[in-house]
Amino acid sequence: MTQGMDGPHPDERMRPEGRRNSQGIRIDPEAEATHQPRKAVLSTLVNHEPGVLAEVSGLFSRRQFNIESLTVGATDDPEVARMTIVIEEPEPGVDQAKKQLEKLVPVISVEELEPEAVQRELVLVKVSGEKPDDVNAVADMYDGNVVDASPEAITVEITGSQQKIEAAVEAFDQFDVQEVVRTGAAAVERGADTLEDTRRKAETISETGETPQTATDD
Amino acid sequence: MSEQTPVSPPDGETTGEGEQTAETAAEADEGSTTRDSVSTGAESVVAALEQAGAETLFGVQGGAIMPVYDALYDSEELTHVTMAHEQGASHAADAYGIVSGKPGVCLATSGPGATNLVTGLADASMDSDPVIALTGQVPTNFVGNDAFQETDTVGVTQPVTKHSYFAADSDTVGTEVGEAFALAEEGRQGPTLVDLPKDVTQGETDEFPGEPETPDTYNPPNEAEPEAVDSAAAALAEAERPVILAGGGVIKAEASDELRQFATDYEIPVITTMPGIGSFPEDHELSLEWAGMHGTGYANMAITNTDCMLAIGTRFDDRLTGSVETFAPDAEVIHVDIDPAEISKNIEADYPLIGDAKQVLRQLDDAMPVAYEAMDTSPDEYAEWREQCQAWKDEYAMTYDMPEDEPLKPQYVVERFSELADDDAIVTTGVGQHQMWASQFWTFTEPRTWVSSHGLGTMGYGVPSAIGAKIAAPDQEVVCFDGDGSFLMTVQELSVAVREDLDITYVVLNNEAVGMVRQWQDGFYEGRRMASEYPWIPQFDMLAEAFGARGFRLEDPAEVDEIIEKARSYDGPAVVDAIIDPAENVYPMVPSGGDNGLFALNGDQLGDL
Repeated sequence: MTQGMDGPHPDERMRPEGRRNSQGIRIDPEAEATHQPRKAVLSTLVNHEPGVLAEVSGLFSRRQFNIESLTVGATDDPEVARMTIVIEEPEPGVDQAKKQLEKLVPVISVEELEPEAVQRELVLVKVSGEKPDDVNAVADMYDGNVVDASPEAITVEITGSQQKIEAAVEAFDQFDVQEVVRTGAAAVERGADTLEDTRRKAETISETGETPQTATDD
Repeated sequence: MSEQTPVSPPDGETTGEGEQTAETAAEADEGSTTRDSVSTGAESVVAALEQAGAETLFGVQGGAIMPVYDALYDSEELTHVTMAHEQGASHAADAYGIVSGKPGVCLATSGPGATNLVTGLADASMDSDPVIALTGQVPTNFVGNDAFQETDTVGVTQPVTKHSYFAADSDTVGTEVGEAFALAEEGRQGPTLVDLPKDVTQGETDEFPGEPETPDTYNPPNEAEPEAVDSAAAALAEAERPVILAGGGVIKAEASDELRQFATDYEIPVITTMPGIGSFPEDHELSLEWAGMHGTGYANMAITNTDCMLAIGTRFDDRLTGSVETFAPDAEVIHVDIDPAEISKNIEADYPLIGDAKQVLRQLDDAMPVAYEAMDTSPDEYAEWREQCQAWKDEYAMTYDMPEDEPLKPQYVVERFSELADDDAIVTTGVGQHQMWASQFWTFTEPRTWVSSHGLGTMGYGVPSAIGAKIAAPDQEVVCFDGDGSFLMTVQELSVAVREDLDITYVVLNNEAVGMVRQWQDGFYEGRRMASEYPWIPQFDMLAEAFGARGFRLEDPAEVDEIIEKARSYDGPAVVDAIIDPAENVYPMVPSGGDNGLFALNGDQLGDL
């Protein structure tokens, strides 16, 4: 194991002072800095064609993006479907997920929605039918509806934010929960803004470096 | 089926004067048989390939792809090279793409044919090589039924292609093939695939495919934003220790001339990545050759100590960076790439320049004089840094023990061959120690002369890649350095080189082992050489003769020049079985995930790290 080349030993070599973190970001050599994960809601328009869901979900799994929910459905344009993808990643991961999504050929556009965007999820909770009145009362508390009832089981439907759904499911715990089915989030920008507007705004920012004012800005 | 008439008018049916008449007349004069109508999906596939300018296809026949082959029977413009194995077809197409710059085409049948292509597609995907795969598929009414030779080819290949198409309609299949062709070529290059069910290719259609076009959703950038270019130029002008890191994207963008111009104008040292080999002449005084795990010590010293890196067309692979925490830790990074997703994926870019490397280099070249003036600096300010880089070149010179007696040193074989070969000779390799010696000790001066498997590291890439390279550039000398382990993986393709009478020199650097594995076992697994030694391999010179090629055995260092010249002058495939020192290892070496500045120059240093 002695053959090889000549030259100064590793200990004797010129060394720089800088440092990067594990995400390849140059940082203060004295400080430990990594980005903490954050939640991002990506709204994606895709060609409504066979295999597109597999392509998107395959991308997320092979790149190890931490996906919280993914919903997909038709839009007013029969050629176009819209996916709402909620991920939790450190900042570089969110950015990378957006850019990798944009690369897929059937993907028309990718936008990250503002944190205050309208987010709704539907849950169906099936509980024991023993205490119908109590179940009804709890359902009312969460603006839910009983959609199916039999002596053995009652199914309640609730729509709302993720926090509300979680609170509701917890509240139903007392009735011997038999099944919980959640759809994952669907989301839309508040006010008159549409995905199309969001995209145009992003383009304007990248072109002029200025944020345009619109009537719906608050 | 549509009733639309073919795009081109039938012969003789011309209207009035003008260009169209002249063109039609010229075609008639040349006796051109350019197809202008189709009657089946398969003919439409072939017409699409012809329209896209494809010339050579590499493939293997089979049940589900048979209609396409049948349509090829009548094509005057397309040549088909039958390969021994589909993996060979995909690697040959890949090398064809690297050398010619135009997408290489490979064909296979459904099921095992398609899955055998996958390695080559994954390889092309990692290295952004333009490749199109056309695969047969069972008829659509059998799809999903686990029919004979059925595989979900789109599902299998989706992660390793830019896009995979499932052709569902005879009327649109030709357009989809054209689209796949355009997509493989435009923007960041890469592999695409079209899966062709047998009923779709057999089905009747008179839809003539249009010009190849990428889909509406695909819009690669061209020029970088001017403000971003100015800021990047200012950062370069302000730097004291700048380097250029040139990746494979420079070659893909045909930007080598612009790179040479830029580097010499501003006298900035140039390091390449391994796929970037040939983008900048290695005999140039500003060249530090290539960096990374087995890159030169001087490139790794410069990359570690630079304060401003202009990185062009590189994806910062871990074999290049080692640990990202110690990669160019002082450097502001200017990252030029056509793929926005590469920006800050592995190494954060302080100055992202999204665009075509050729365009962006021109933009930067325009911005630099202004930036120097604004900063009140000039390229002279880098002089001390250039001297430092030169000092490293002397300190960490690429050397090896000169063989006066046996055993033969592999580096010597490569170095002598490099001296004897044509200046524009193309080198292809398999994967392993031989690949590193070939890249270290051959002096590359031109783009598209280094053909290797980088990102995927595919053993077996050598034999078929040399075939693809030779067919793409029949007038250039082609030499393939392979290892005994790598050569054995695709040796059957030698039969193709013989049949096609290709003048290729194969040099097997034979150490009776998968040497790189053995090197790691010795370095990191206490020398426990599990399954890495191959003392049972055949004599490759005799094997070559059995295939109908010429075989040579090389053991004596004194015979290196003579045998290289004999193999070179043989008009056809020649195999040199070079029995090398089995104790020889590859240095310098940055251990996996290590610090580029702490490369080991020998086994003892490796143990210390």
